[in-house]
Amino acid sequence: MLSFLFRRLLQTIPTVLAVVLLVFVLFSVVPGSIVSTMSDDADPQVELRLKKQLGLDEPVYMRFGAYIAKLATGDFGTSFRTREPVTAMIAKRAWPTLQLIFASMAFAVVIGVPLGFVAALRPGGIVDSAAMVLAVSGLSLAKFWLGLLLMYLFALKLGWLPSFGYGDGGGKYLILPAVTLGVSPMALLARTTRAAVLEIMTADFVRTARSKGMSEVRVVKWHVMRNALVLILTTMGLQFGALMGQAVVVEKLFSWPGIGSLLVDSVLQRDIPAVQGSILVVVLFFLAINLLIDLLYGVIDPRIRYA
Amino acid sequence: MTGAPLIEVEDLRIDIDDGSRRVAAAEGVSFRIDRGETFGLVGESGCGKSISALALIGLLRRPLSIGGGVIRFEGREIQHLSAARQRELRGNRIAMIFQEPMTALNPVSPVGRQIAEMFVLHQGKSWREADQLAVEALANVRVPAPERRVKDYPHQLSGGMRQRVMIAIALACGPDLLIADEPTTALDVTVQAEIIELMRNLCAERGTAILMISHDLGLVANVCRRVAVMYAGRIVEERGSADIFRSPAHPYTQGLVDSLPRLGSRAALGRARLKEIAGVVPAITAFPDGCRFNPRCAQATDICRTVVPQTDLLEAGGLVRCHHHA
Repeated sequence: MLSFLFRRLLQTIPTVLAVVLLVFVLFSVVPGSIVSTMSDDADPQVELRLKKQLGLDEPVYMRFGAYIAKLATGDFGTSFRTREPVTAMIAKRAWPTLQLIFASMAFAVVIGVPLGFVAALRPGGIVDSAAMVLAVSGLSLAKFWLGLLLMYLFALKLGWLPSFGYGDGGGKYLILPAVTLGVSPMALLARTTRAAVLEIMTADFVRTARSKGMSEVRVVKWHVMRNALVLILTTMGLQFGALMGQAVVVEKLFSWPGIGSLLVDSVLQRDIPAVQGSILVVVLFFLAINLLIDLLYGVIDPRIRYA
Repeated sequence: MTGAPLIEVEDLRIDIDDGSRRVAAAEGVSFRIDRGETFGLVGESGCGKSISALALIGLLRRPLSIGGGVIRFEGREIQHLSAARQRELRGNRIAMIFQEPMTALNPVSPVGRQIAEMFVLHQGKSWREADQLAVEALANVRVPAPERRVKDYPHQLSGGMRQRVMIAIALACGPDLLIADEPTTALDVTVQAEIIELMRNLCAERGTAILMISHDLGLVANVCRRVAVMYAGRIVEERGSADIFRSPAHPYTQGLVDSLPRLGSRAALGRARLKEIAGVVPAITAFPDGCRFNPRCAQATDICRTVVPQTDLLEAGGLVRCHHHA
């Protein structure tokens, strides 16, 4: 178990390095720089001096080496734009993003999983059809459009919720962005749960459970649920990754001060250290969630052993 | 044999619904099992023996359903009981063990808990008491170190051990009838004998009747007092198990008996090849008219191809469904 954990942690190092390298290389081929985003007709002299100041005049591999060396000491560098340390910028933005992502996932699980169960109990029934229509719609809706609709309805028309911003730390400001972001994982979880439950319901051990004289509700509660959890967890893990990506759109839409909006702003202004840092944090979060889910598999399914 | 039989099946018909029409997967199935009796149902896969058993315990699921006939348990018709009343019988009075001990147990639940469920469901025990009873139940099926084994998951047990767990579950509430559907088919030959012996002894101790289902005529005849042979959804012969070997009355049964390999038979019969029954079992949707065995039967005549044979009483005791029975 411990050696498994240790090996998994070691495995994250090449992943992180690969991501950092990829982003670095991509940014060196993308046209434009922090300097060119400031002004279209800057004095070449000034531009050169600025580049030198930021270390942008050196070749990519030199810059990469220097970046990795600093990263190894926990230093994410300094933002080109704000001159703040990137670590401090991210620290400020991490909490709102975590709030948003976990709230969305909670919404997705609380609605999606029961919906999938209910749908699977009577496949082809009214609840099932309604749930699957909802699920397909949830998957197909564009986030920015859904967000605008929700804003229009709940903020503008009904006035129940604030339309955007962070307020003084989330609260009711969190609801609209979280729902917007949570709809597609909710839909996916509903579909996965339904499929998993339907498949498990045909298993031999479910027939055994029925032969014991159990009601269908007990069959599901005592025998189907735990088996379905493995598949549900897998979907959740993958969706966490997708949520990190989609959060960029939603944060921007709702002016949510998270890592997603930091990332967008930094990319637009070619603020390479801030981009690197944000992506790195997102990747680390994704890896951590996946590790956690791998560990949870073992708790749920005793056949899974960490050797 | 006193009073009413434990279970009585009369003219049972099981339909399979393929969306557009209903076809009888089994029909005219009648048999009775007395209290404490051992009764065998033999036939090839697809002959309707397993679905007949599932009908008894009320576990037919779509596309299968009971299309007609009566199932009486202790004189009471049970085929139309409400789901809740059926559940009171199921597991409690009529229990079932299945062919695949690998997949018939929940892989993510300790076996002790899977036994304990029976006591919680049918005897209103608390989980604590039920867990204790599960240890005893496991000891009864001769599982060594039961107090440790209850915590094991199915994948930690061998096939034979798993089938013992299945037996422990089935016999937990002291049922009156145990349905064993190919209980040893998936096991090693050496383990098979142990499991059969265990099942037979435990049932004999408790006075539990056994309905044993198998494709293996030899095995069934060995365990059961009476045997019914099914072919293509109908019972074709029902006899005492000694008689069925000595003087099979139906040509299909004759074929089954002839196709059993016997020790020493080669010496007695010269270098004779093991006999087989020519042809294959027809599909449910393509059952032939008349006697369903007629396309494979050497003795078939015109009447066999047009008229469904009635069930006749044999002078020597037993029933047969054949126009030309001996």
